[in-house]
Amino acid sequence: MTQSGPFPQGTITSVNGRAFALRGDDIDTDRIIPARFLKCVSFDALGSQAFADDRQELAGDHPFDQAAHVGASILVVNGNFGCGSSREHAPQALMRWGIRALVGVSFAEIFHGNCLALGIPCATASSDQIKQLQAAVSADAMASWSLDLQTCRCRSEAAGEWAVGFESGALEMLLSGRWDATSQLVARDAELKQTMAALPYLNGF
Amino acid sequence: MSSGTLYDKVWDLHSVADLPGGPTQLLIGLHLIHEVTSPQAFAALDDKGLPVRCPERTVATVDHIVPTTSQARPFADSLAEEMLSTLERNCARHGITLYGLGSGRQGIVHVIAPELGLTQPGMTVACGDSHTSTHGAFGAIAFGIGTSQVRDVLASQSLAMNKLKVRRLWFDNRLSPGVFAKDLILHVIRTLGVKAGVGHAYEFAGPAIEALSMEERMTLCNMAIEGGARCGYVNPDQVTFDYLAGRPEAPEGEAWDRAVQWWRSLASDADARFDDEVRFDAAAIAPIVTWGITPGQGIGVDETVPTTEQMDPADRPIAEEAYRYMDLAPGSAIAGVPVDVCFIGSCTNGRLSDLQAAADVARGRQVADGIKAFVVPGSEQVARAAEAEGLDQVFRAAGFDWREPGCSMCLAMNPDRLEGRQISASSSNRNFKGRQGSATGRTLLMSPAMVAAAAIHGAVTDVRNLAPADG
Repeated sequence: MTQSGPFPQGTITSVNGRAFALRGDDIDTDRIIPARFLKCVSFDALGSQAFADDRQELAGDHPFDQAAHVGASILVVNGNFGCGSSREHAPQALMRWGIRALVGVSFAEIFHGNCLALGIPCATASSDQIKQLQAAVSADAMASWSLDLQTCRCRSEAAGEWAVGFESGALEMLLSGRWDATSQLVARDAELKQTMAALPYLNGF
Repeated sequence: MSSGTLYDKVWDLHSVADLPGGPTQLLIGLHLIHEVTSPQAFAALDDKGLPVRCPERTVATVDHIVPTTSQARPFADSLAEEMLSTLERNCARHGITLYGLGSGRQGIVHVIAPELGLTQPGMTVACGDSHTSTHGAFGAIAFGIGTSQVRDVLASQSLAMNKLKVRRLWFDNRLSPGVFAKDLILHVIRTLGVKAGVGHAYEFAGPAIEALSMEERMTLCNMAIEGGARCGYVNPDQVTFDYLAGRPEAPEGEAWDRAVQWWRSLASDADARFDDEVRFDAAAIAPIVTWGITPGQGIGVDETVPTTEQMDPADRPIAEEAYRYMDLAPGSAIAGVPVDVCFIGSCTNGRLSDLQAAADVARGRQVADGIKAFVVPGSEQVARAAEAEGLDQVFRAAGFDWREPGCSMCLAMNPDRLEGRQISASSSNRNFKGRQGSATGRTLLMSPAMVAAAAIHGAVTDVRNLAPADG
């Protein structure tokens, strides 16, 4: 089931919508999107394939198969989420499923960079705080939540408010709308040429 | 904050500009691409109407999806065929060198770039594959990246990156006989954990590292990512220069002499400052086998599967998940666990010395009944070199299949995969649930010699205790 709104664009100051928990440390990108689904030349079909094997194993009991979670925007995870393979197919699958923000204890580095490149904020909080937040989002799957990047808060009217952190460079890029790095990188070609000119291995040593 | 390390020096040399908000624009000296993570990047480039900035600094090969039995085109798998033809089209259109099947230079991207001399000390290397950390073996700073970043490197030959901390992992003494670089890195990961490296570059140093060959250093750096580190590296030394000398893309003549001088200057200074340091005794490391579903869940082959009482409370939930998934009981011995499939290959352990170590075990012995055992050379060059030494004959005589180069069953994006609950002894890098192509398949990571020993006995076996081979 995929019910995905428009993909992130421009400045990202908050992500609003329903939230749910996906529990477990060290959830790797092979689990988020098994390798057989990487046989594609576009990301379009990945949404329905997110967690395909885990969902099959749990025969309908996986959080991504709960009817109440369809259409949710915020996923609350635990530690080292997205470890392993660098496949951007993993955040692409989550995004195309409908996820627009992640909150967790920690994120694997390449996964975090891939999320940033798609405009998906990854917020962090302590292990205890995340457990509380997971309990809160699980208590009422239909509650509206807001992840506010300006105030660094994740809150819902009924359940309360949690302080969250962001990697500072990522936060700045999301808030300013400069998370799509290509145009910035292309713009500094003169400096790039200077750097290249000074590197021995690009100039016959 | 670190200073005077190789990482600091290479970072400074490649820093183009400070970007708003904090990241640095970092020049990428070598961009390696392959069929899986590049098609969407080229499509995005087309959407933006951008050319490839430095096609001459971009090199492609095909590895993930290629079959290892017959590589005749078109592939039986039409999706695999489409991915390969898309890469061929993109490379032709943008003037990028592609080492395709039968070129003599095709292979796993992290095997071919070093063997061609493309990877050199002091470079920044990027590739849409997490095991790009391999290239750190040369004293390069090498990052695995996602497809949007592949697009960025194609468009600008640079990346927006934050500077990492540098942790030195120091290894005293030497590895014992029968213990390999694979065991060393699995030991590091089981000791420090799979997330300890987040935010860090790992510098591997000390007498045990200096004693490693280049291929062993590649195995080591390859799996830095499994410990959470974004990259790992070894300072360049005479071993590095000896490996590079005479390779097709290495400098020659006077340029070689200037290169060596420059490369030497890049090694971490004697008084370099690291953000922190961890020390190990290499002589105390035993052959390691993983028992669980993360590369950190490893034990010495003579140990038993740990009980939850023996571990940090934070590690217990994933250990319990691993007991169930692997069907291995806490407290049970790992030696003697029966296996179904034995796989020797991958970017971790698919190089000539890996095949030699496995062949030394296989020589004069027979694969146990009912075991599927196969060897997948890391590249066409590795395959030809191994065949020249007769290693293919050693393996075939012992009952192993000898295959064509590719990523094969490391990630099962090709026809090589586990079936059902099969359990593999694998020289690859990841034992994640479902990694080898079956949602319930199980993986025991170990060195190539240990995989060969498992194939002979049909069960996990301490390669140090093998009885002499017949004949």
